[in-house]
Amino acid sequence: MSDVLLKVRDLKIGATVYPPSGKPHDIEIVHGVSFELEKGKVLGLIGESGAGKSTIGLSAMAYGRGGVKITGGEVWVNGQDILQQGIRDLRRLRGADVTYVSQSAAASFNPAKKIMEQVTEAAILQGKFSRKEAEERAVRLFDKLGLPNPETIGNRYPHQVSGGQLQRCMTALALCPEPDLVVFDEPTTALDVTTQIDVLMAIKAAIRDTGVAALYITHDLAVVAQVSDDIMVLRMGEMVEYGPVDQIINNPQEEYTQALVSVRSIDHEEKLPTPDPLLTVNHVTARYRGTNFDVLRNINVDLHEGQTLAVVGESGSGKSTLARVITGLLPPSDGQIDFNGRTLSPALEQRSKEDLRELQMIYQMADTAMNPRQTVGTIIGRPLEFYFGMRGAEKRKRIAELLEEIEMGDGFIDRYPAELSGGQKQRVCIARALAAKPKLIICDEVTSALDPLVADGILKLLLNLQKIENVAYLFITHDLATVRAIADSIAVMYQGKVVRYGTKSEVLSPPFDDYTDLLLSSVPEMKLGWLEEVIAHRKMESAGN
Amino acid sequence: MHPILKLLVQRIALSLLLLLAASAMIFIGTQILPGDVAQSILGQSATPESLANLRAELGLNEPPLTRYFDWLFGALQGDLGTALTNGRDIAESLGARLKNTLFLAFWAALISVPLAIFLGLLAVRYQNRWPDKFISAVTLTSISIPEFLIGYVLMYFISVKLGWFTSVSTIYDSMSLGEKLSAIALPVTVLTLVVLAHMMRMTRAAILNVMQSAYIETAELKGLSMFNIIRKHAFPNAIAPIVNVVMLNLAYLVVGVVVVEVVFVYPGMGQYLVDHVAKRDVPVVQACGLIFAAVYIGLNMIADIVSILANPRLRHPK
Repeated sequence: MSDVLLKVRDLKIGATVYPPSGKPHDIEIVHGVSFELEKGKVLGLIGESGAGKSTIGLSAMAYGRGGVKITGGEVWVNGQDILQQGIRDLRRLRGADVTYVSQSAAASFNPAKKIMEQVTEAAILQGKFSRKEAEERAVRLFDKLGLPNPETIGNRYPHQVSGGQLQRCMTALALCPEPDLVVFDEPTTALDVTTQIDVLMAIKAAIRDTGVAALYITHDLAVVAQVSDDIMVLRMGEMVEYGPVDQIINNPQEEYTQALVSVRSIDHEEKLPTPDPLLTVNHVTARYRGTNFDVLRNINVDLHEGQTLAVVGESGSGKSTLARVITGLLPPSDGQIDFNGRTLSPALEQRSKEDLRELQMIYQMADTAMNPRQTVGTIIGRPLEFYFGMRGAEKRKRIAELLEEIEMGDGFIDRYPAELSGGQKQRVCIARALAAKPKLIICDEVTSALDPLVADGILKLLLNLQKIENVAYLFITHDLATVRAIADSIAVMYQGKVVRYGTKSEVLSPPFDDYTDLLLSSVPEMKLGWLEEVIAHRKMESAGN
Repeated sequence: MHPILKLLVQRIALSLLLLLAASAMIFIGTQILPGDVAQSILGQSATPESLANLRAELGLNEPPLTRYFDWLFGALQGDLGTALTNGRDIAESLGARLKNTLFLAFWAALISVPLAIFLGLLAVRYQNRWPDKFISAVTLTSISIPEFLIGYVLMYFISVKLGWFTSVSTIYDSMSLGEKLSAIALPVTVLTLVVLAHMMRMTRAAILNVMQSAYIETAELKGLSMFNIIRKHAFPNAIAPIVNVVMLNLAYLVVGVVVVEVVFVYPGMGQYLVDHVAKRDVPVVQACGLIFAAVYIGLNMIADIVSILANPRLRHPK
C-alpha cells in the first residue's frame, strides 16, 4: 500500500457555463472518477476533447482551469488529501511534488525570461535546490533529453529554440525539482511526427531514469500505448475502461475503446490517373513578398478529375503555400497553374467568377472560417446567391439539400456556429464549399483539429461526396494515416520541394528515399513496443553508416 | 548592424522628421491667423507709415519661406528671437518658465507614476473584489471632474479652511526646495489626480491581458504566490503598453498644464503662453509651440524605444 503515490476517489468536477442565451449555470464535467497510481508508474488518460482528461490531470495538483471547480471526492498525494489543503500547502505541492507539462510549450514559457531561469525557478523557490545545484541539474536534464548544447541552451530565450526543443525544455522544467509525479498534458500533440518521436523517446527515457510517476494525457491511443503502464479511457467525464496497457490495446472490452483502437480503418481503393489532368501545377516557384527565400521550389504535380491528391509534409514544408498559389492568394514568381484546360491568372484579382467558383477551399479551423454572427443558412446560402443568383424558396431548398448531403438535416438551418460541435462546424464548411458546385476543393488540414472518431466521420463524408459530385480534392495534411485513408496520389513535400510523388501505392511502397522513410517510420502505430523497435532500428542504421 | 539598432535609428529619424513637420505646421498656423503684429503693437491709431516702418523692422515683409527657415535655423541654434511686446530674448524668459514647468511635472510624475502602477497592480491582485472597484471608482471620479474645479475645491478646503498650503503657487529662485515643494503641493495634487486614472486603468488592463497567458498558468502550477506571478511573470510582459500610457501622461504634465498653472498662478510655460497669445506675440507663441511639440514627440519616442527594448524577440533575434 505504501507504494501508492496518487489515489483518486470518486472525483467530481464542475464548471460554470455561460451560454449565449440564458443564465450562467453550473454543470458537472467529471462524474466520479477513481484511480490509483503507484510510484514510478505511468497512467495514460485517453479520450476525446471534452472527456475531462486535462481537468482530471490538473486535479492531481488541486488546480481548476478558468471557472473549473473540484466539487467532490478525494485526491490523495503521498498520503495527504490535497483537496483539504489550504493554498499555502498547495503551492508547496505544486512546484515541488507534482509538476505539469502542457501541450504548448511555446505558450507556456514566459517570452521575457531566459529558459534556465524558468526551468530552475520552482526548484529554487521551493527550497529543493540552491541556484547552483538547480542549474547543474537542469543542464543534466537538457543533456538527458537530447537537447543540443545542454550547457548553453538555458541562456537562450524561448523564441530562440524550436518547438520540439522547447517541449523538451518544458519536460526539463517539470523534472527539475525532482517531483514525485509529473502530469503530461498532450506534450507531443502540437509537434510534427518526426519531432514527436524524438520528444516521446526523450520523455520515456527521462521517466525511466528518474523513476518519477506520470499521468500521461493524450487523445492519441497509439502514442499513449508507447509510454504507459496502465490506461484509463474516458468519455464525457466518465470512465469507460481502465486496465493495463496490453489489455486495452490488444483486448479492449468496451465498444468505445474498440472504436478508438480500430480508428483509421477506412479502406479506399486508389483510382488510376486519367489522360487529362484537371489541375496541373507547372514548375511553380514562389516566395513571400519582401523575402528572398523560395518557399516553393519548382513544384510539378497533377490532379485528376474526381480524385484526391494528398500533399503531405511537416510544418514549414510549403504545403499550405502551395494552396495559396493555386488559389491565387500568392502569385508564383515562376511557373503556372493549368486548371480545367485553361491557364489560371496568377493573381486572385484577375480570375473570373467561374474560376473562383470551380475552385473552393476548406480550412483547418472551421471556427474562424465562419462568421459567428451568421446562421448556418446564411453561411451556406451566400455562395448560392453569389454564383447562381438563388433567392428565397429556391435557395432554401438547395440549402436543405446540402445539409442533407453533409448528413445534418435542415433542422440546423437557423443555428449559429457557436451551437455546433467541432465536427458539425467542419461539415457546414464542406457544405459551403460544395454549394458552389466546384470541380476542385482544397482541403487544408481539415481534420487536424478534430478528435479521431469525428475526423473519421469527416473523411468518410468527403469520400462519399467525391463519389456523388465527382469533385477532386487537393488534401493538405501532416497526418499519414489520413493520407492512407483517402488519397489516390501523394506528393511528399520537404523544405519547399516535392521529394516523392506518384500514386498512393507507388509512394507508400519501398524503396523509400530517406525523408519519406523517416516520415513513415515516425507515425505511431497502435502496438506495444513500437517506439523501442523504431529506436533500435534507427540505432542500427546509424551504426551501419 | 544589429536589427534593433536599425529600428532605433529609424524611430529617432522618424521623430526628427515629425518635429520638422510640426514646426512647419506651427509656423503656418501662426501665419494664417488674421491681423498683424505691427497693428497690434501700435494699436488702432497707428499711421500707415509707422506700420510700414515697423513691419520692415520686424522683417514681416520677407517671403514666408525665408522667414520660416530663418526662424528654424535660429531655433536650432537656441535663438528663439525676441518677444515683440517687451523686446526680451525669448530663449531666456522661456528657459526659466520651462524650468518651472518641468519642476512641477517632475514632482507630479514622481508621485503619480509609481502610485498609478502600484494601484494598477493592487487592482489586478484583488480583481473584481472591493479594492479593485474602490480604486477604479476613485480614480475615474477624479479624472471626470475638470481639473480647474478640483483645483478650486482643494484650494478652498486645504488652503482656505485648513491653511496647510498656500493657494498661490508662485515660486521664486530665492526659495529653498522645501518652500518650493510646499508652494506646489496643491497643483501637484491636482495633476496627480488627473493623470492617475488613465495610467492605473492601463496598467490594470495590460496586466490582466497578460494574466490570460498560458505562462501565467505555468507559474501558478510552479507554486508561485500571486504577488510573485504578477511581479516576475506578468509585469515584464506588460511594460510596453504601460510605458506608452505613462509617456502620454508625462507629455500631458508638460503640455497640458496650462489650466492648472493659471488656476494656481504658477509661473510656468502655460501661463507664459496664455499671456502672450492674448498680446498676439507671434514669436513667443511659436517658440512655446515648438517646445511643446518637441516634448510630446520626444516622450513618445522614448516610449517607442522602451517598447522595442522590452521585446525579447527584437533584443535577442534568432
